Amino acid sequence: MSKRTDIKKVLLIGSGPIVIGQACEFDYSGTQACRVLKQEGYEVILINSNPATIMTDPEVADKTYIEPINTYTIEKIIKKESPDVVLPTLGGQTALNAAVELYEQGILAKYNLELIGASYPVIKKAEDRNKFKASMQKIGLDLPQSGFAYTIEEAEQIANRIGTFPLIIRASFTLGGTGGGIVYNREEFVEKVRYGFKCSPVTEVLIEESIIGWKEYELELMRDYKDNVVIICSIENIDPMGVHTGDSITVAPAQTLSDYEYQIMRDAALKVIREIGVETGGSNIQFAVNPKNGRMVVIEMNPRVSRSSALASKATGFPIAKIAAKLAVGYALDEISNDITKETPASFEPTIDYCVVKIPRFTFEKFKGAKDELGISMQSVGETMALGRNFKESFQKGMRSLEIGCSGYILDKKEKEFSAIADAEMIKLVSQPSSERFFYIRSAFKRGWTLEKIVDLTGIDKWFLAQFKGIVLMEEEIKAKGINHKEFLIKVKQSGFSDHQIAMILNQKESDIRAKRKNLGVEPVYKLVDTCAAEFEAYTPYYYSSYDAEDEGF
Amino acid sequence: MIQESYSKALLVLEDGTVFRGRSFGAEGEVSGEVVFNTSMTGYQEVITDPSYNAQMIAFTYPLIGNYGVNSQDVESDGVKAKAMIVRDYVADYSNWRAEMSLGTYLKNNNVVGICEVDTRAITRHIRNHGAMKCVVSTLDSRIDSLIKKAQKDLGLIGRNLVKEVTCKMKYIWSGSEGHLKKVVVMDYGVKYNILRMLAAMGIEVHVMPANTSASEVLALNPDGVMLSNGPGDPRVLTEIVAEVKKMIGKVPIFGICLGHQLIGQALGATISKLKFGHRGGNHPVKDLETGKVEITSQNHGFCVDIDSVNEQEIEITHINLYDNTLEGMKHKVYPLFSVQYHPEAYPGPHDSSYLLRRFCDLM
Repeated sequence: MSKRTDIKKVLLIGSGPIVIGQACEFDYSGTQACRVLKQEGYEVILINSNPATIMTDPEVADKTYIEPINTYTIEKIIKKESPDVVLPTLGGQTALNAAVELYEQGILAKYNLELIGASYPVIKKAEDRNKFKASMQKIGLDLPQSGFAYTIEEAEQIANRIGTFPLIIRASFTLGGTGGGIVYNREEFVEKVRYGFKCSPVTEVLIEESIIGWKEYELELMRDYKDNVVIICSIENIDPMGVHTGDSITVAPAQTLSDYEYQIMRDAALKVIREIGVETGGSNIQFAVNPKNGRMVVIEMNPRVSRSSALASKATGFPIAKIAAKLAVGYALDEISNDITKETPASFEPTIDYCVVKIPRFTFEKFKGAKDELGISMQSVGETMALGRNFKESFQKGMRSLEIGCSGYILDKKEKEFSAIADAEMIKLVSQPSSERFFYIRSAFKRGWTLEKIVDLTGIDKWFLAQFKGIVLMEEEIKAKGINHKEFLIKVKQSGFSDHQIAMILNQKESDIRAKRKNLGVEPVYKLVDTCAAEFEAYTPYYYSSYDAEDEGF
Repeated sequence: MIQESYSKALLVLEDGTVFRGRSFGAEGEVSGEVVFNTSMTGYQEVITDPSYNAQMIAFTYPLIGNYGVNSQDVESDGVKAKAMIVRDYVADYSNWRAEMSLGTYLKNNNVVGICEVDTRAITRHIRNHGAMKCVVSTLDSRIDSLIKKAQKDLGLIGRNLVKEVTCKMKYIWSGSEGHLKKVVVMDYGVKYNILRMLAAMGIEVHVMPANTSASEVLALNPDGVMLSNGPGDPRVLTEIVAEVKKMIGKVPIFGICLGHQLIGQALGATISKLKFGHRGGNHPVKDLETGKVEITSQNHGFCVDIDSVNEQEIEITHINLYDNTLEGMKHKVYPLFSVQYHPEAYPGPHDSSYLLRRFCDLM
């Protein structure tokens, strides 16, 4: 089988309004899908309630309905347009939820419409936590202990069975973790469970063993109808479990897994996608690993293109949404070519030769009364992503791209304010995840606190903290030595320090630092993102800057 | 670029290309063929794989050392690669199984490591100009002299490197004694995981030196014979090929990597050296029987010429989707099959582990 010829018209469900937890990444995936389906000769009907998106631009789909995404409206569109299939996996949770309702209200059956990308049973199996849990147990994968409750009494029974606080409360079928939270005692527990019932459209709440403090990972996968599965990207969260992935700084590829451990995770991911049965397209599977003994548990799976897919696409050069759309209409991975290398097929696993760091952007100042504390409900409103040859470089690039007035891992304005904080207070600030925690960690290193102490306070893996410490130590070195030596300056630039940042450290003007750098002949080079770590020639001009020997840009 | 605690090191290719870096392993000077590996994880398995004997490995992933080293993730009794070439060596490792840093491990094993060189530039250079000889030195800083040393290296072509890595005496893989089935593994530089996997499938694993004769192997009356992976130029292993020929048809045989190339030659096919080889964990291989794609672990610089295979006798079962080279074949009459890639993984994906089960099913 190759491209399906039995379908002509595709109804694509968009992701609706941009809210916390579901932002423009689904505009990106939806737009890619529209374009590729049109190129393949299908007529694309799009519904999306948000006109401020690229996908609703007039030339993107063949027909665009800017209407509320609900079954009433979608049915009217179906009646008018008579599409052959509905593609719900590229518009985030909104689109997936709409597809579930269309099925459950009998609308899909009434118009003899097929869901492509993910069928109704697949969506239910992945999203219904009871079914998901049963599936994981069936294939022998470990999960945190948990149970579902529909009443307070049931909730209390489950809490007693697990036996210890803290516990995690998750409300079913909500966006970005709304209605969920961590509870540390019985009063909080009752309050959160009640709230969870209110938020969940099916009054269902999951109560789970806490794996707070464990390391968190994600794998992005693709599967085709021939059952070929490839991993596009591994992602490691810097914040341990307890902070929503969308609110954590994340890094790709995973940094602290040996091959032995990575392959166990890869095998598990393959089992999950096959058991859940996502026939075609992308999925995202999250894992937690106990840092003390390596015990790995499956957390959840998204049977659709997810927030992380956009990141994984940009991070690797592998266009997940585009390929997902092609797989949904019948192509196999080995029938699609890799746009970047042209000569090799899409049935491979990207390998990267740089480090990608994603940093969330928060605006707590705009939400009066919101406490700047991070937990399992997502609160960030955006993110930056940076590429570099090493973690320090990417991290510092990402920090300055946040547009929060810092020119790297440095406090441009608040240095004095931070250094005035008393140690006892600093312990609390370092321990509590917040939008500014990484700056408190920096201050703690500047106070000479040991790596081990900060590992204990934060639960953040020593690997990342050693990297942060390395940046802080280099800052001290810059202060002590200046940047008169070329070899040292190269090292500084390789660690991601901007001219502005160096100027602040040395109390000089940025223009003087830049002039000095140029004088020493220290200039950035440009390296290609090519999906294959230079094994093959690449044709897509997608570059990042770095300070290394060879320039591929010119 | 240089930190005080690490000495300078030079990497010089035979064509005169120079990379300046610093040393993170043992001090010294070594020469060999420089190749690149694109795996993002598995550096410890890679450097202990005997197939890398006489080679220096440039890792394309730029942060190496992240998770340290441990005593389990080894594929032989020590480091077999001649040198490690990395962009950034990470001394501050973190992993619950880690026992020491990679740098310490290299020093303990007296292996040279060079870091702070542009491994992407090295990879592009090899991709464009082919695998080449090189020297890494922390001792000599004269470029002219290093170029000469690189040129003088024996390289791989025409070299029998199997005799350097094969076991001296036959042995039974520890823990497999008394298992019901018996397999002879011809050790041309075998990776431990082949032995581990066979043992885990209930096989008594008899490992024999590369120069063991066919009659000696058959005298053990094995249920199957595994021809292992190994280093160097397969074209000079004429004596081994002659012995392999004598075993074909008499016992089920499975060949991996070099073992596959030996079978190829025993059945009349020719061998060529690839421009820069396949080394990594992401190569797609298509199983022509099922149409399915496996993501494979690869490490080879030579291959069996696909056009030289006698298709009267042999069926091509697997091809590489990157460059359409031969990845697997089986005999049309005898219980014999082989693959160019590594179903035993370590490092790399486990997609192809079914091949070892298939071998068991032949017995």
